[in-house]
Amino acid sequence: MSASAKLPRWAELGLLPLINLAAALILSGVVVKILGESPWAALKLLVSGALGTQEGIGYTLYYATNFIFTGLGVAVAYHAGLFNIGCEGQAYIGGLGSGLVALWLGDRAPLLVVLPVAIMAGAAFGAAWALIPAWLQARRGSHIVITTIMFNFIAASLMTYLLVNVLIKPGQQSPESREFGANAALPAVHEVCAQVGITFSPSPWNLAFAIALLAAALVWVLVWRTRWGYALRVAGQNQSAAVYAGISPSRIIIQAMLLSGALAGCLGLNELLGSQHRILIDFPSGAGFVGIAVALMGRNHPVGILVAAVLFGALAQGGSQLAFDLPKINRDMVVVIQGLVILFCGALDNVFRAPLAKVWPGRLARSPQPSGGTSVPR
Amino acid sequence: MVEKSVAPALELRAIDKRFGTVHANRSLSFAVAPGSIHGLIGENGAGKSTLMNIVYGFHRADSGEIYVHGRRVDLGSPQDAIRAGIGMVHQHFMLVENFTVLENVVLGVEGGALLAGGLARARRELEKLACDYALAVPLDTVVSELPVGLQQRVEILKALYRGAQILILDEPTAVLTPQEADALFNMLRRLRDEGKSVILVTHKLREIMVITDRVTVMRQGVIVGEVATATTSPRELAEKMVGRAVLLRVEKKLAQPGATLLAVRDLEVRDRLGVARVKGVSFDLRAGEIVGVAGVSGNGQSELLEALAGIRLPTRGSITLQHHDLVREHLGPRERRALGLAHVPEDRLRMGVVTNFSAEDNAILGYHDRAECTRGGWLDRTAIRKACEGKMAAHDVRPPLPSLRIAAFSGGNQQKLVLAREIDVDPRVLLVGQPTRGVDIGAIEFIHKKLVALRDAGKALLIVSVELDEILGLADRILVMNAGEIVGELLRADATEEKMGLLMAGVKSEGPA
Repeated sequence: MSASAKLPRWAELGLLPLINLAAALILSGVVVKILGESPWAALKLLVSGALGTQEGIGYTLYYATNFIFTGLGVAVAYHAGLFNIGCEGQAYIGGLGSGLVALWLGDRAPLLVVLPVAIMAGAAFGAAWALIPAWLQARRGSHIVITTIMFNFIAASLMTYLLVNVLIKPGQQSPESREFGANAALPAVHEVCAQVGITFSPSPWNLAFAIALLAAALVWVLVWRTRWGYALRVAGQNQSAAVYAGISPSRIIIQAMLLSGALAGCLGLNELLGSQHRILIDFPSGAGFVGIAVALMGRNHPVGILVAAVLFGALAQGGSQLAFDLPKINRDMVVVIQGLVILFCGALDNVFRAPLAKVWPGRLARSPQPSGGTSVPR
Repeated sequence: MVEKSVAPALELRAIDKRFGTVHANRSLSFAVAPGSIHGLIGENGAGKSTLMNIVYGFHRADSGEIYVHGRRVDLGSPQDAIRAGIGMVHQHFMLVENFTVLENVVLGVEGGALLAGGLARARRELEKLACDYALAVPLDTVVSELPVGLQQRVEILKALYRGAQILILDEPTAVLTPQEADALFNMLRRLRDEGKSVILVTHKLREIMVITDRVTVMRQGVIVGEVATATTSPRELAEKMVGRAVLLRVEKKLAQPGATLLAVRDLEVRDRLGVARVKGVSFDLRAGEIVGVAGVSGNGQSELLEALAGIRLPTRGSITLQHHDLVREHLGPRERRALGLAHVPEDRLRMGVVTNFSAEDNAILGYHDRAECTRGGWLDRTAIRKACEGKMAAHDVRPPLPSLRIAAFSGGNQQKLVLAREIDVDPRVLLVGQPTRGVDIGAIEFIHKKLVALRDAGKALLIVSVELDEILGLADRILVMNAGEIVGELLRADATEEKMGLLMAGVKSEGPA
């Protein structure tokens, strides 16, 4: 019977995540202390590593780009009431699509041709990988969480097979494709800046970031401003109401998962065309899972997702700086910090909500109450 | 006074409870005499349930004191309440359906790691209780096989087995036929005569008048009156509940039925398990009449309504509207709306609204792809807001704020908005399930008037309701359903509560209607 406490919008969207973040960092500090390093120094290193230098900022936003794509993917599925755990696999297979286009057209066509085709191929491959779990959910009732997890493993196995046996560059040991042609490389931000006379330290931050921003805008318009988005949200909130309204939930499930997979599938643009310039083993490296946390923390809203993606990008970049500079802290510690942030911002979201609502006497004036005193919370 | 000499069975002093911004109970005090039946009446949201949940230990009061037989008690959980001798029968039964009656009764008080001893003891005790209070129940039958009236009896036995001296019943007659309700009342009188105290929480004035000794009326979190039942009248109670004079009876002229708008023939609906829920139902619905479908909840009315609305696929039969056979042509809810069939669903919160959406987004549910709401594939937010403001003004929806989340509106105002949505498209046929479920008296009056006005405008209305009074008040013609069949058809003039009660219980009328 405990009602979830209501907070004013700015506190809900701004203050609460900040408190959660602070709690996660404090607990991380305790762990750092136990490991025998100074928490304060570690925090300074983390922040300065992520945001203190142009290079750091570049890397932060480069990582963030991956998280925006996967976070949007998770969010679109969420609005349809689906928990898509499969963005990792969809990003992996989507990247294969973009990568194949880059291999094929990279030295035959200009970037202006390669890029749209690579986007379409990435989206199509990612969507196709999401289609089977979607179909199974819509027609057979197989739970999407289970099927998408399994499809992550299938994607990983498939990609390993392809890279080891088919795509591998002849005459080398590591399972990687040959390098893409020069025209398949997305320009890095520091290169673009140099063209217009601004110097920016080199980093893999590239044009895909802009594509990710466009995708975020597109998702916002689609979900909140179109008929289809309305149907999507109705089906996601209340299936019975959708059926009542003449909206087919199974059609929405398939459409939403296609879009979700397509968004995740665009990750290869940033990771492969923007940075690695070849297809390699496990290039999503967990971005599909971080996307779940990003969507959760960003309240499944594109703006929130952008902010959360930058935060997780900063954690990834600052974390590797930390592991590099402090001998007692390794990569796994960074995963611990990420995990704590996810724990506090997602799973334990309500821990601080209720106390915060209690110290909020002024919130009455903001939300108008219905007359008749009939809104006893259930 | 006699009551002064003995400590009250239950006494509440200055109980106060807030939920965030809502002041659900404001300094409430009242006492229940031992060996009496005490009614607690009020509209939805008046704070009755909150108060009873405090007494049963679900909620803790912010301030105030509770005394049981003169002794102050601290009720932090239902276990505390049970220990203090308080038992509660919820509106929705808390029974394990695939356990036997005996197993259900001992659940939580098995008395030891091994079941056998506890069960034997329980059996002896239950047989004694059944004998003392005329509460016979087959102890070894699985609960799901019992009729609802007996399931309720199991709940009462559960409370008594735990030693309840004070029994709280929350809307106990919602699921009963009039005859079953009478049996329940006889049982309660017996309990009273044995010295137990009964608190009856209800919104039905008739029950208060029939069974209670005293009645406490609540409105908006405060007690607005407490009287001996013998000295009051339904009208007086209703006025206290609402705070103004209300019409208890719908005023309407005789119906002038016209052409048949909707024809249903031999309709059969099966559920997921293949069990027939509606069995060969046929009827006509004509312009300018209200047809009421009466029956104890769960006798196929819901399935019938959903089949007519296109939400459930019938397995046999036909539904004809505008020369289309809706079943054969596989027309879904959207296509049926286009043919002029509107539907106010039975369960508003499950189907009629999306609780997380704003009022304006709810006001286009089912109509979001119509030209009024869209420009191409885009939602026309300005038009949607304007339309919602119009609906709110025309149907007195309060507060008139289209951007407010629908969950923040009261049940009555939600229902008015749903009704507005379905009426504003000017349908030929309107299906209404439970028109006033969870709706306060003031709004009931408004909704009933609207429905009668629609009838007078030449629409055909089918109303499904488990409230007998509502069917009798609104319908021109009444279909009574039992076990998926229409067991009787009555003109309003011929319908009496007794006749309908017998039909609802499955006693078929002699000869074809």
